[in-house]
Amino acid sequence: MTLDTSAVTPLGDGGEPSGATATPAGERDAEGSPPRSPAWRRRVSRWDTRLSPYLYVSPFFVVFALVGMFPLLYTGYVSVHEWGLLGGKGDFVGLDNYARVVEDRYFWNALRNTISIFVLSSVPQILIALVLAALLDTQLRARTLWRMSVLIPFVVAPAAVALIFGNVFGDRYGLVNEMLQGIGLEPIRWHVNTLASHVAIASMVNWRWTGYNALIFLAAMQAVPRELYESAAIDGAGKVRQFLSVTLPLIRPTLLFVVITSTIGGLQIFAEPRLFDTQGLGGSDRQYQTLTMYLWELGWRVRDLGMASAVAWLLFLIIIVFALVNLAVSRRVGALGARR
Amino acid sequence: MNRRPGFLVYGLLVAFVLGSCAPLYWSFLVGSHSRNVLTKRVPPLLPGGHFFDNAQRAFDAVPFWKALGNSLLVSTTVATSVVFFSTLAGFAFAKLAFRGRTPLLVFVVATLAVPTQLGVIPLFIVMAKLGWVGSMWALIVPGMVTAFGVFFMRQYLLDAVPDELIEAARVDGCSMIRTFCNVAVPAARPAAAILWLFTFMATWTDFFWPLIVLPASNPTVQIALQQLQSGYYVDYSLVLAGAAVSTVPLLILFVLTGRQLVAGIMQGAVKG
Repeated sequence: MTLDTSAVTPLGDGGEPSGATATPAGERDAEGSPPRSPAWRRRVSRWDTRLSPYLYVSPFFVVFALVGMFPLLYTGYVSVHEWGLLGGKGDFVGLDNYARVVEDRYFWNALRNTISIFVLSSVPQILIALVLAALLDTQLRARTLWRMSVLIPFVVAPAAVALIFGNVFGDRYGLVNEMLQGIGLEPIRWHVNTLASHVAIASMVNWRWTGYNALIFLAAMQAVPRELYESAAIDGAGKVRQFLSVTLPLIRPTLLFVVITSTIGGLQIFAEPRLFDTQGLGGSDRQYQTLTMYLWELGWRVRDLGMASAVAWLLFLIIIVFALVNLAVSRRVGALGARR
Repeated sequence: MNRRPGFLVYGLLVAFVLGSCAPLYWSFLVGSHSRNVLTKRVPPLLPGGHFFDNAQRAFDAVPFWKALGNSLLVSTTVATSVVFFSTLAGFAFAKLAFRGRTPLLVFVVATLAVPTQLGVIPLFIVMAKLGWVGSMWALIVPGMVTAFGVFFMRQYLLDAVPDELIEAARVDGCSMIRTFCNVAVPAARPAAAILWLFTFMATWTDFFWPLIVLPASNPTVQIALQQLQSGYYVDYSLVLAGAAVSTVPLLILFVLTGRQLVAGIMQGAVKG
């Protein structure tokens, strides 16, 4: 890295001329003659050493307490009260809000939609990203250019992606339907049919994140020792076999990392389904209303912050459960792979 | 996977890159034609001459200039603040000895898994109490420092700054903060640039929280986009011209810094 030179130079020219603020220069010159008040300066220096670290890490903890910890706990507090967006806090109602959420068919609908969109977006995305990473993990010409090219979708904001794909998957005059009709197929009602809408929304997520995840996989693949491929080849393993038996087991930690981050992100999906149509409620019969959209509707349309908070806590628990299931499944899969 | 790749590999990559560009091109294509182009059976393949008209109409329909200014202000401030505070905390965690360092660091890492998006309700209540709903403060203050940033800088500074250099600075009589400025900051520069870029992009593209706290009259770019397509009749020439324009700032950033973005992702700069 470049740091040795860049780090030393400012230190060298920073120490000498600034005798006004820091005494070290003076101290070095006047070796022997006592500086002004050595005891006091030593004490300041000691406090500096002792307290500075806490001072440096404190901004994070203050901000996290304010926007992370406190809101999460306070969400629990709000969720056991009657609480209007405008009226503010009302009576303590215990678990009533949770009961109302669990009895609401739209909650279960939103949960189903979220999971369906999540599966449709994460499974193909990870598979394609793995293949793409394997393609990039070759002796390509203009390597950096290829890597940059697959990252292009990442610079398009989810809101813009949703508008573009909302048009491409238009029920009338949409590009996809025109193409389907062009080859003699029936047009699909992307904004009406539940599964079709999930496919359309998942394709937005897939489009934006596949290249990104491919680069993460590529980084992991490049850490795989090349000798392993050579010895696998000597043992008669073809490219596909090498990929399955050498690459995949060795990049498993990265795979797990990507799966878990896309779980945490995917279950909170909002912008894409929200902007898929003009109403923003997830379709005429909430065909593609996700849990975060449901939370938003309860809080800022129905204006019931108590019930919305209950949804937030339930969603938090769901995310934890999913992360743990992911962990367990990939452990199991990993163990199988190792035995093979 | 050592030999020079053949046509198959290049062919697949070309197909993938075309797919990556196609939706953006489509957005520009529709945005550059008059509004009835979509009713034609076969869509045109070349852009028309109405892009600036359509973009102008989008700018007239919603406060787009204001939105661009707001997004630029918020994203720049948040990114700079995250880099500053994360470098400071990362330096302390990587290089300074203090009581409670390990448990505090474990706590930081643990908070990475907390989906802060779920805290929006109390956050909204707090912002309302502070009178910040509708102002950019509501976007800036909650984003000032992130667990990811702290952890990222800590990992980088661990190897980037030799302990002897810090000791030497201290022996020379540098105060803690001068040691930070003269030793840690120069060493942290490459990682700081990557963190800045990713924070900027994440803030620029954020949608959920701005939708909650900002009014239609004072939006960010993403919220302005949302306003473009509200209503029953959607003029897609206008909407997609707006979507294309809204992507231009990040596209410029991408052209200038794409290398660092790729390097950042491959070094483990993850979704954060």
